[in-house]
Amino acid sequence: MAVTVSIPTILRTHTGGQKSVEAKGSTLAEVIEDLEANHGGLKARLVKEGSLHRFVNVYVNDEDVRFAGGLEAAVKDGDTVTILPAVAGG
Amino acid sequence: MLVIRRDLVDAMVAHARRDHPDEACGIIAGPEGSDRPERFIPMDNAERSPTFYRFDAAEQFKVWREMDRNDEVPVVVYHSHTATEAYPSRTDVAYAGEPDAHYVLVSTRDPEQHELRSYRIVDGVVTEEPVEVVESYMFAHTGSDDTPDCP
Repeated sequence: MAVTVSIPTILRTHTGGQKSVEAKGSTLAEVIEDLEANHGGLKARLVKEGSLHRFVNVYVNDEDVRFAGGLEAAVKDGDTVTILPAVAGG
Repeated sequence: MLVIRRDLVDAMVAHARRDHPDEACGIIAGPEGSDRPERFIPMDNAERSPTFYRFDAAEQFKVWREMDRNDEVPVVVYHSHTATEAYPSRTDVAYAGEPDAHYVLVSTRDPEQHELRSYRIVDGVVTEEPVEVVESYMFAHTGSDDTPDCP
């Protein structure tokens, strides 16, 4: 089950500068574990205390995973997972 | 240094005035690697708050995908402060996620006179930079390898 993960500029230090990488898994949580195995440090930037960081947006294809089960969101072969840091401030 | 066209500055200020007293936010996209802001994209402040802003996640996805297709990047990320000066707040620094962007702050606390300043925010460090407002990029100084467009 290979998916393409699109990596934002700020996290590319973990992927050797690559804009997108391949990962495996049938849920977002599994994809993140697989990312961590190959690109150490990514998981801590995405997950905090068992759920997605509040200021990271993750989409499976076009859908915001917050409305699709969060870390349990299903992914399938050929899907695209997009990570975008939320643009926010005070 | 941020070199930016006057009409884009006017558009940011107009957006900030329009949404006052809530914070306004948006980006100006430009060709990847150019450092030249060109396409003005006002965004919804999903927080609709006078002290906080956050891009709507669905709108952000749509805009970012469009930029990808056009080989564009967010050259400028702007937002307004409606009661304080145009300097990044602690939360601005904590959430700054675009190390290559110019973070432009517009303060609308004075109803007559706006304040507009620009910063780089990288790894929690804020560096203010000069802003040069130009009528057109054609005549602007854009670097040491600058060559005239016409002979």
